[in-house]
Amino acid sequence: MATAASADRLGRLLNLVPYLLARPGIRVAEAAADLGVTERQLREDLELLWVCGLPGYGPGDLIDMAFDGDRVTITYDAGIDRPLKLTPDEALALVVALRMLAETPGMGQRDAIERALAKIESSAGELADAPVAVRLPGNDDRLATIRGAVERHRALRITYYTASRDVLTERVVDPMRVLVAAGRAYLEAWCRRAEAVRLFRVDRIDGLIELDEPAAPPPQAQPSQLSEAVFTPTPELPLVTLRVGRGSRWITEYYPCEEIIAESTEHWLVSLRAADLGWARRLVLGLDPEVTVVAPAELAEAVRGEAHAALAAYGADPD
Amino acid sequence: MTRARPDTASFVRVSRTRTERLVNLVICLLSTRRFLTASQIALTVPGYEHDPGDPRDHEAFQRKFERDKAELRELGVPLETGTSSVLDAEPGYRIARRDYALPDIPLEPDEAAAVGIAARLWRHAGLAAAASSGLAKLRAAGVDVDPDATLGVEPVVTVDAAFEPLTAAVRHRVAVTFDYRTPEDDAAATRRLQPWGVVCWRGRWYVVGHDLDRGAERCFRLSRIVGTVRRLGRPGAFAPPENVDLIRYVANWSGPAERTGRATVRIRPGRGAGVRRWAEQVRSGEDGDVAVLRYSDPEGLASWLVGYGADVVVLDPPEVRDAAVARLRRIVAVHDEASRRQVPPPAGPAEPRHDGAAKAGVA
Repeated sequence: MATAASADRLGRLLNLVPYLLARPGIRVAEAAADLGVTERQLREDLELLWVCGLPGYGPGDLIDMAFDGDRVTITYDAGIDRPLKLTPDEALALVVALRMLAETPGMGQRDAIERALAKIESSAGELADAPVAVRLPGNDDRLATIRGAVERHRALRITYYTASRDVLTERVVDPMRVLVAAGRAYLEAWCRRAEAVRLFRVDRIDGLIELDEPAAPPPQAQPSQLSEAVFTPTPELPLVTLRVGRGSRWITEYYPCEEIIAESTEHWLVSLRAADLGWARRLVLGLDPEVTVVAPAELAEAVRGEAHAALAAYGADPD
Repeated sequence: MTRARPDTASFVRVSRTRTERLVNLVICLLSTRRFLTASQIALTVPGYEHDPGDPRDHEAFQRKFERDKAELRELGVPLETGTSSVLDAEPGYRIARRDYALPDIPLEPDEAAAVGIAARLWRHAGLAAAASSGLAKLRAAGVDVDPDATLGVEPVVTVDAAFEPLTAAVRHRVAVTFDYRTPEDDAAATRRLQPWGVVCWRGRWYVVGHDLDRGAERCFRLSRIVGTVRRLGRPGAFAPPENVDLIRYVANWSGPAERTGRATVRIRPGRGAGVRRWAEQVRSGEDGDVAVLRYSDPEGLASWLVGYGADVVVLDPPEVRDAAVARLRRIVAVHDEASRRQVPPPAGPAEPRHDGAAKAGVA
């Protein structure tokens, strides 16, 4: 069996000759940094290539290179002057990522992305005929405005809707970057009020003023590492357990849940972390009326009390 | 200045490593127009030396050669098999240059920067590796990529585990089977599909194709596929319809309905910020603010507004107001009952969900 390392090395070596041919006289250190290998590894690769060549394997048949100080130039390529074609997986990965970029709302240099995509697609031929279509939510003027502010490195005063507390708040933020994840756009910024890095959903930024002062995130403001979910519940948040029927099981796909236990053939106990009990109350009241709160008791009482109060506000009696 | 090459005679036939042997094999097969048989290759390329008369030695050579061919094919080297003349008893090998070499892709600097950014987007290990090896080939072809370029907006591209097997199955036109479970199902059901394509719609991945059990077009959400995607039958077994619009298919299936209805609601001053944000207009009234909301589904709107409890009261139309009151009565009944006796309430009918419902807070 070929090991992954040996296959990687073979691929790297077949690329190396055309790479150097295209950059005569490149410094070995620069090439190594560019290719993401150590200088020592690159020199070992060059030594190996140096004893490879055309059948006959005489001095005129072998790959040859000239060293001038710390610079290298390929003087004979033995016929491997071009890199290999893209594999189907490589073409797919590049084409789909470019389509994602092209579809991302508020993206700058859309024209360059479209041109690059067209060139890669035409060069990869039928391989790039990737069976993958991408459509993200439409172009958003607000996102373009925010991106502009980020590019101009300006602090922003934003009016932000905080869903967990159902309030609009004003805050001054130092923008860091704009992200699009799972179909939603976010502004990542240092929030001067919270004194922490926050991800603000762009569709909840209801107002925006560009301030006449530069964005200055402090040194401790590090971009978040986004892997899968943007919202990861933390264990400090209160745990809410609901008893739900089949028709409400969609919440287990919609919200990150800690635990789902089948209580009977038609009932499940679903536990999730709520950023705020007020948010949990709005959630439960908005679900199927048969959903009940198992814990905490405080939430069950809040739901019951609010439902009574709402019926009274309608001037309606309970059945 | 060319370094002095070691005396070739002493080491020319000694292949020090497997990688060296493979590089020489690629160069040899690229340089030949004739198909070379395995034994001709053994006589030519360093590293394959053996005694063809010794069965054990010969068998070892054959195994080695098979492994090498497999490694080259895995890397994407297009090994061609054939015979050069009718006299050849066994097939030989060569590599056609036009199949091997990446065509010239004249990328402008801004285009190259876009490709460089695109290649960094993948969070999925397999696709990230494919994107970066693809990018390495473009750079080997002479494209310079600015590693510090940004585009102002960074998409975070994630895919579900089923993405790779499904895109490969589409490419090979091979049917697949997988276990699929929606949140409403107790257990996953096995589905069989001729996949036509994979779609990213509003941040979620779907596969569209011909469902072999339903005998109709269907789309499936990739995140609901449980376990592995297995192939059914042979490649090339079906052809997707011409010019199929995958996006439209998924959009029709999951797209939002048009909001043609208008509801009037009363909101307590200073409360119901989430409702006010969606209102067409809000004006101050005698006993609260009055807002107008557009909606498509009265039940969906009612369930969302009931979430705000006594802060938001529906005034009009009756279809929304009555739905809200009916819901509240049921909630009161169920919760009064639950607070009296700690027993599970009866199951109710499935209700449509409302997309405007409160969502997990982020910031």
